[in-house]
Amino acid sequence: MSQLKTAVGPDDHTQGPLDAPIVLLEYGDYECPYCGEAYPELKAVQKAMGDSLCFAFRNFPLSNAHPHAERAAEFAEAAATIGRFWEMHDALYEHQDALDDKSLSRYARQLGFDDALIESALNGAFAARIRRDFTGGVRSGVNGTPSLFVNGQRYDGPRDADTLVALFRQALAKHR
Amino acid sequence: MGVPGGRILRENGLRDESRRVCAARLNDKPLHEEVAVSNLPSSPVAVGQPAPEFTLPSAPDKNVSLSGFRGHPVVLVFYPADWSPVCGDQVALYNEMLPVFRDYDAQILGISVDGAWCHAAFAADRKLQFPLLADFEPKGEIARRYGVYDAKIGVAERALFVIDAGGIVRWRYVSPIDVNPGADGILEALDKLPHERSPA
Repeated sequence: MSQLKTAVGPDDHTQGPLDAPIVLLEYGDYECPYCGEAYPELKAVQKAMGDSLCFAFRNFPLSNAHPHAERAAEFAEAAATIGRFWEMHDALYEHQDALDDKSLSRYARQLGFDDALIESALNGAFAARIRRDFTGGVRSGVNGTPSLFVNGQRYDGPRDADTLVALFRQALAKHR
Repeated sequence: MGVPGGRILRENGLRDESRRVCAARLNDKPLHEEVAVSNLPSSPVAVGQPAPEFTLPSAPDKNVSLSGFRGHPVVLVFYPADWSPVCGDQVALYNEMLPVFRDYDAQILGISVDGAWCHAAFAADRKLQFPLLADFEPKGEIARRYGVYDAKIGVAERALFVIDAGGIVRWRYVSPIDVNPGADGILEALDKLPHERSPA
């Protein structure tokens, strides 16, 4: 079973306390339909688990298969610079059918991007960060999207909310 | 936690029935059949051995030879079939990793028993930017030479070889046929190659 090489930390985009007993990391692609399918499930898991879960997201765009994935990742990283990463992350997964530059720029404006920030996202200013996520993922055994890691271990089981919540509650009960 | 071999079934089952059926059909077969031809190797070429030479079509009008890449590490990827879902995901991953392989000065080559025209259509559909070689006639001969031909199904196994600049096998891995082996093992093997340029 593959092991995460770089632990989730302050450099990551996270929701929930970093020292939560359960750390769920997703390597995702904003245009990947399976990631889109997992999105509401993972939201439900976060809601159910509250502060006992830290959810983190890293970029794994398969740009040849998904022509808008890299650009979408750029906009999410740009949003992070003004503290709006998760709003952009959610907007992208809620509008997977509209990830062209014009649509991305529209979401960006709604989140308070100025022209310079939009320009930087369109020009690939965050490419190095995205590449770092991608390469780190490959080295940790990510072979497609979405790939989930639970407390540093690759999780290959079902990704529906009920299964994940049951699994996490079981893990919590064991550690009490 | 799931069994790794079952991952693809679960992963694809929600959305795409045809993928699930395809993976299930392959999964029904034993994973590591011995090659039935007696005078051919029945286990993968060993680490430290010279990689068997080959010349295969990379396009309907073009051949490539392994020896043509001497001086560069070669990542040789045997896979069962164009279009099948796991292969699709696997080649998509390697396609995204081309800049990483370039950092190692390494060449990646895909090989399956599909014909050159089939490869051409598959590569165009998936925008693949590395060669897919047609081990088509005699069918599977190179896979047999590498000891990774599944004679029961009539396809190459899902096998990875990392060959150094001098043509010696330095790492090999045979994955269960329905499991995308990813690339972590490939990168670790490339990291360990002697005398090769390593990425910064």
